[in-house]
Amino acid sequence: MASQDTDTLVIPDAPRPIVQILRMLWRDKFAFCAAIFLLIVVFCACFGPLLFEDIATKQNLRGRNAPPFDFSKDWLFWLGGDALGRPLLARIMVAAQNTLMVASGAVFFSLTIGTALGLIAGYKSNLTSQIIMRMADVIMSFPSLLLAVIVLFMLPPSVFNLVIVLAITRIPVYLRTSRAEVLEIRERMFVQAAKVMGASSGRIVFRHILPVILPTMLTIATLDFALVVLVESSLSFLGIGIQPPEITWGLMVAQGRPYLTSAWWLSFWPGLAIILTTLSLNLLSNWMRTALDPVQRWRLEIARKKK
Amino acid sequence: MLPFLGKRAVASAISLVGLVILVFFLSRLTGDPTDLFLPENATQEARDNFRRLHGLDQPLIYQFFHYVGDLVRLDFGDSVRRAEPAIDAVMRGFVWTLWLAAITMSLVTVAAVVVGSLAAFHVGGFFDRVATFFSLIGASAPDFWIAIVAIVLFSVNLGWLPTSGTGTAWHWVMPVAVLFIRPFGLIVQVVRGSMINALNSAYVKTARAKGVKDRKIIFTHSLRNALLPVITVIGDQTTAILNGAVVVETIFGFPGVGKLMIDSILQRDFNVILAAIMVTAFAIFLLNVLIDILYAVLDPRIRY
Repeated sequence: MASQDTDTLVIPDAPRPIVQILRMLWRDKFAFCAAIFLLIVVFCACFGPLLFEDIATKQNLRGRNAPPFDFSKDWLFWLGGDALGRPLLARIMVAAQNTLMVASGAVFFSLTIGTALGLIAGYKSNLTSQIIMRMADVIMSFPSLLLAVIVLFMLPPSVFNLVIVLAITRIPVYLRTSRAEVLEIRERMFVQAAKVMGASSGRIVFRHILPVILPTMLTIATLDFALVVLVESSLSFLGIGIQPPEITWGLMVAQGRPYLTSAWWLSFWPGLAIILTTLSLNLLSNWMRTALDPVQRWRLEIARKKK
Repeated sequence: MLPFLGKRAVASAISLVGLVILVFFLSRLTGDPTDLFLPENATQEARDNFRRLHGLDQPLIYQFFHYVGDLVRLDFGDSVRRAEPAIDAVMRGFVWTLWLAAITMSLVTVAAVVVGSLAAFHVGGFFDRVATFFSLIGASAPDFWIAIVAIVLFSVNLGWLPTSGTGTAWHWVMPVAVLFIRPFGLIVQVVRGSMINALNSAYVKTARAKGVKDRKIIFTHSLRNALLPVITVIGDQTTAILNGAVVVETIFGFPGVGKLMIDSILQRDFNVILAAIMVTAFAIFLLNVLIDILYAVLDPRIRY
């Protein structure tokens, strides 16, 4: 959804797919706002540390716990300052990078590994699939937060290790969904036809089945992204995720906790950033579910014709 | 039913064995409890004594089989930290968590089913939009953040509710309310989706054509059929709380099993970690069996 500039290139009879998508997005105003907000967050994640790293780490003890909405100051201070006088807005924009990096890494790995294993487990009904499913059961029955705690005690809690731990705990979700889908799809006519025409297992799975289940998996991934952001924030909040001086939103909430009674804004703003991001992802995922479903898509298309 | 239960028990037992092996070795990799429990200037002799007392001087594999041997006799070992059988500490915490989960999930179920059904009845209506929006916010809210904002608001500023601990009924209000939010948001959405499908089905049209009242159509005809996927999600969310509502229990100083697990990991109290994981795993197994039985009760077509 990064390419917005294409909405001027409307071809009357056959709009490009990207234009179609943007139009469907525009139809759902909530999803549209969500997408805009996420673009801003992604922008902060990409360029925030570059632009604001210095300001966000510069201490200013005279501006400790500066209250928000003081518009006489620099705009970076509009959300107030933290316990060391660092501007909260700048810190939130810098922290977006770690928060999003951990979440997108974890979602990427769990999505690819989980889907691949699910395809294997669904297409090959034998010992392999049994072993894969039992392993998924073990991970599922393990309280994921505890697995993270134990592993992060052994390994230094770096961004990379956090990504691995979160990815492992989320793999079963994709594994089970893709397997269930494959079990249904492999009985369909087009798969049978491909088989009769002598397609290899790999070809059937990757060229015929994967494209069918991909929309579902991407919708789940969007939803899961929100969940991973929450889990990462909880871990950082408990003090076992990202360690200072690195920052994430969850860690910022934790750092503001001692000042709750005197300076609520220290914890409030980063928490709001988390909730707005996860809410946007949920809204977008809802939209995707409709937009990618051929049966439901008319809900987003029909109004376009009315206009 | 019985062969099905047996199969389920075997499958669960296999994953439990995997879990115990994993946790046993992983947790011992996190560090030596000797360094944690004895002062820094403890003599080598004292350290050796401590290790011998808790069986830590043996090779890891020997410790493992020793543990499993005790386990067969239902001996979960002692807690190093608390100097009591690990299972006692776990059961005490587990009862608290069980109550927390039971109260929260009953409230969530009633509220979510009513709100979700009503929202589905007029799709796109005012109530539906409000319900959908708030359920989305609920499903997206970070519980630790809600918890501390609630403490600032209700305990510090308004002084209505105690900040942490247990004792009176008032102590339960905030933990239950905070735990309520996310499952509520998720389940409202599932109820709504599932009810929309049910309300579009042929038998509801027949009932409407016969002139059956709206309320009866929602709560008797459709709901029963719409509940199956809802029960799955309720089960998942209950599992999540039983597994330790770690964050909420930590913030509100609630003596549940989640807090116990986190504390035990921090204190390298291996026996307590293992006992807690086994007890919750067993409870979750029972819960899942209960859910499967509920399926069969609600939908007579389901047979095991």
